[in-house]
Amino acid sequence: MIINHPLLGPRDSQEFTYLGDANLIDRPDWQAPDAVDRFFEYLYLRDNPAGDHRELWFHEQGDRSWVVVTRNMATHEILNVELASDVARNRGRSK
Amino acid sequence: MRYSGFRVIREALTGHKGWTPAWRDPAPQASYDYVIIGGGGHGLATAYYLAKEFRQARIAVIEKGYIGGGNVGRNTTIIRSNYMLDGNEPFYEFSMKLWEGLEQDFNYNAMVSQRGILNLCHTDAQRDAYTRRGNAMRLNGVDAVLLDREGVRQMAPYLNFDSARFPIKGGLMQPRGGTVRHDAVAWGYARGADSRGVDIIQNCEVIGMRIDNGRIQGVETTRGFIGAKKVGCAVAGSSSKVMSHAGMRLPIESHVLQAFVSEGLKPTIPGVITYGAGHFYVSQSDKGGLVFGGDLDGYNSYAQRGNLPVVEDVCEGGMSLMPMIGRARLLRIWGGLMDMSMDGSPIIDRTDIEGLYFNGGWCYGGFKATPASGWAFAHLLATDKPHETARAYRFDRFRKGLMIDEKGMGAQPNLH
Ligand SMILES: Cc1cc2nc3c(=O)[nH]c(=O)nc-3n(C[C@H](O)[C@H](O)[C@H](O)COP(=O)(O)OP(=O)(O)OC[C@H]3O[C@@H](n4cnc5c(N)ncnc54)[C@H](O)[C@@H]3O)c2cc1C
Repeated sequence: MIINHPLLGPRDSQEFTYLGDANLIDRPDWQAPDAVDRFFEYLYLRDNPAGDHRELWFHEQGDRSWVVVTRNMATHEILNVELASDVARNRGRSK
Repeated sequence: MRYSGFRVIREALTGHKGWTPAWRDPAPQASYDYVIIGGGGHGLATAYYLAKEFRQARIAVIEKGYIGGGNVGRNTTIIRSNYMLDGNEPFYEFSMKLWEGLEQDFNYNAMVSQRGILNLCHTDAQRDAYTRRGNAMRLNGVDAVLLDREGVRQMAPYLNFDSARFPIKGGLMQPRGGTVRHDAVAWGYARGADSRGVDIIQNCEVIGMRIDNGRIQGVETTRGFIGAKKVGCAVAGSSSKVMSHAGMRLPIESHVLQAFVSEGLKPTIPGVITYGAGHFYVSQSDKGGLVFGGDLDGYNSYAQRGNLPVVEDVCEGGMSLMPMIGRARLLRIWGGLMDMSMDGSPIIDRTDIEGLYFNGGWCYGGFKATPASGWAFAHLLATDKPHETARAYRFDRFRKGLMIDEKGMGAQPNLH
């Protein structure tokens, strides 16, 4: 699989390490009243769809940036690649 | 029809005209007492034990493709009960005991071959870990033998003892481990279940579930609605997809694992050998092909096929362990869908929906579990109580922090 890195262009997916579902960006608020439930869902439950999946890859053998890859789980086709920091900022996070 | 040596001879003398199909091809009825989703090893074993050990009832197995087309016909056929943790070891040993009597029990030749499994170790720390695991096995009444370097050399002199980057220090051996002909397991259970009245419905995909007031009513399929008092889901890599019809999110990710078979060679590898410094495990089939595998590809997938980097990685592992296989040609490579759970251990449990039960999260070790999984799931479906060896396989263990994490990897499914 070739991941089209937003800064570096097309790179072999072997340069990357895979983490999993991009929802891992949205760490729950540990002070929320239902924090226990939310952390349980955050850590252990997954949508695991048989279609498009947004997921975190780490460019370990490259510029060491995290990217959010949208990939079809049934065909392995890569539809979109964004810097994870951009995704987080768009959701109102500082970094 | 009972199979026997006498029968084979009689058929041989009469032109093999007397064999009949091993199971029927029934149309689905309007409703059943039990519907099992998934005609893999686990679903078929569940139906078999349900009909045989627990209940006289109307039972159906619903399979979207054909029997044996899933992981039960794609795995590398290794059986063993060399686990360490309390929640696992009694269950896998129960499974091993069922394997030992399986062929007589269901009157089918599944080629259960207890040729032994040898896990190699390459560092002192690894030997300590294997000693500990072997002791845990012995405490559970399971056979385990610790071999030193010379012991390993006697068993497998062709391993790389001389110039290895990770020299072999010894190994943990389970003599009762081995291999089983995987397709025959599916066929044997299918035939055994069918002859006890179970309807095995192929080419019938579950596409929805009907749930009223928190109770399951039945399943929507590509061949219409099928009513059921109880529904058990055993669909391995498709677990998240099927259970999403009941609005559930699971502690499971689907991943792809590849397997490899070489051309036929003369008998060399007596049992199963696993490499401790890379991910590579190998056995030799009765036809002579080397059957081997390694790591997951590492990313979520429903594709049932992998990519080349893992092919390279597995072959490198093989070459560094047994350089003699370098000239052997690969015949076939394929992939299967793994239901990787968050702690590497399975789930056999009821759900919050009354009458809906779940069996899954087998990761890449579910073939060896097939008999015990079927038995325990049938027990749960019939009695509403967990089987004594499967008590720890609950959904709520993640919420409660009672993980059964043999590898200590945490909630990172691609590392289990
Ligand atoms: C390459 C590889 C090597 C492996 N090696 C080993 C090994 O050496 N030892 C070991 O113990 N384990 C091994 N495993 C793991 C083992 O094969 C699985 O854990 C086990 O087979 C899963 O259970 P099953 O047999 O019921 O799955 P499957 O045979 O996959 O059965 C699930 C069935 O559900 C059906 N299904 C899915 N969705 C639907 C639907 N919506 N409606 C109806 N039916 C549906 C599928 O078509 C499939 O037939 C390996 C797996 C792979 C892929």
